[in-house]
Amino acid sequence: MPEQRTVTLNMGPQHPSTHGVLRVVVELDGERVVKVTPVVGYLHTGIEKTMESKLYYQALVCTDRMDYLAPMSNNLGYCLAVEKLMDIEVPEKVQWARVCLAELTRIKSHLVWLGTHSIDLGAMSMLLYTFRDRESIIDVYEACGGQRMMTSYIRIGGLAHELPVDFDKKVRRVVKQVNEGLADYENLLTNNEIFINRTRNVAVISAEDAIAWSLSGPMLRGSGVKHDLRKANPYSGYENFDFEIAYGKNGDAYDRYLLRLKEIRQSLRIINQALDGMPEGPYRARVPGVVLPPKEDVLYKMESMIFHFKIITEGFKAPVGSVYQAIESPKGEFGFLITGDGSNRPRRVRVRPPSFINLASLPRLVEGGMFSDVVCAIGSIDIVLGEVDR
Amino acid sequence: MEEQFRGFIKDRFGEAVIREDDFRGEQSFYVKPEALVEICQAFLEDNELQVRFLSDLTAVDWLGHERESEGRFELIYNLYSLTHAHRFFLKMHLPAEAPKIASLCDLWPGANWMEREVYDLFGIEFVGHPDLTKILTPDDLEGHPLRKDFPLTYEQPQFSWNKDEPPEVIK
Repeated sequence: MPEQRTVTLNMGPQHPSTHGVLRVVVELDGERVVKVTPVVGYLHTGIEKTMESKLYYQALVCTDRMDYLAPMSNNLGYCLAVEKLMDIEVPEKVQWARVCLAELTRIKSHLVWLGTHSIDLGAMSMLLYTFRDRESIIDVYEACGGQRMMTSYIRIGGLAHELPVDFDKKVRRVVKQVNEGLADYENLLTNNEIFINRTRNVAVISAEDAIAWSLSGPMLRGSGVKHDLRKANPYSGYENFDFEIAYGKNGDAYDRYLLRLKEIRQSLRIINQALDGMPEGPYRARVPGVVLPPKEDVLYKMESMIFHFKIITEGFKAPVGSVYQAIESPKGEFGFLITGDGSNRPRRVRVRPPSFINLASLPRLVEGGMFSDVVCAIGSIDIVLGEVDR
Repeated sequence: MEEQFRGFIKDRFGEAVIREDDFRGEQSFYVKPEALVEICQAFLEDNELQVRFLSDLTAVDWLGHERESEGRFELIYNLYSLTHAHRFFLKMHLPAEAPKIASLCDLWPGANWMEREVYDLFGIEFVGHPDLTKILTPDDLEGHPLRKDFPLTYEQPQFSWNKDEPPEVIK
């Protein structure tokens, strides 16, 4: 009888280092990983199905709950897709405000990633620093949308309300704080020998493989592919901003760490430009029957009240056809495919989930490596299980 | 750029392209399902267009809509050329009874999970897929949730036992 050489180990679904409810079945030969099978679906709530049963307006709130670390990016992706389907032009001020908020979201998401990833690797104090700075971004969310996490602030055709009066001051304070915080993170990690040993040459993927596995975002750029949807197919007025694409070289976990820090720097640059050049204007497009009229008008104007009532009760009818709109979310290419069928509810809402598709490459990243690197690989992909399972 | 892509697919697969659509400026080609793999391979191997990135794939259920006459399920392949920053779509209709299509796993390893997801949620079979199993829904869930005839609110009892070893009481 042949001796059994491998041991099968179950990791998760309730394991802190899997960042949620991800289960990984690992087959080990000593310390070496022979085979890895990620098992997902524990958080599947049928968000796509739910969205298909709602009016276009109502479906918006489901988007916050997918990638709950980057709610504004999700709102933005959905709204841009519906605006494309309905052929709506939004005012310039809305575009700039959206860019500003989307970049704040990128910083927020990267900060949570940085904190949890370093905790996985044993740098316990990082989480306290990153959450300190994330808190100030959440305060801006609260001032805008009245909610700290599930903001739903970006709406179809514009924003939910006018930006708060002290928006500029608040965001500048955040920029200053994150700028100072970045120095702390770099001091703690960039030249930290333990951190470098744990991440360099771990979870390596080449540029060709990254493309073949459909990876996007930092996972793709970490391997040296210079691709960023903000530059390649600009949306929401990104062509007006001056920034650089951060990219790595080796495609390992350390490169992705450096890249995300660079991305935070570039986001701060974009936010500064957005604040300096924020144009004046309405906070919502005027498209009667499709975009909700401003609340002030609803109270005093009869037509606005009628439109408001009509949109809230029966929504608007979309043409037959599919549109796809992708944005560069903190995790990668986050896209919405929305199919209208002539009724007031979408026939199909498909989310192109960057976390899900990036996670599919986990076996490719860790098979043949050491067991202790599995945790590092999962962390460096930057997954959010709410979005993986939807 | 759009001209180049149109020329490429029309020249080489003229009879497989049923019609072209550019709704809201997005280029899409309705093709015959049996030509899918050949078309994708040709795009993948072409050094001029450089379509190396399978961005996404999904399906739409047209049950009860006038579009159903073309075939109940519409499959949408989302292809992207990184060099030209150009996105286009290959679409095809599949019949309601036993929908089937060739798998793209040999061309793109990334297609693996996407195809499993469509299989799980729509019940479309991908022929030649190395591991065509459920991915999101529980193992004992019957039906395919994103089909339009799947009830929205009814919930089947789930997670009652492990699939492979039901307890004595249930046996």
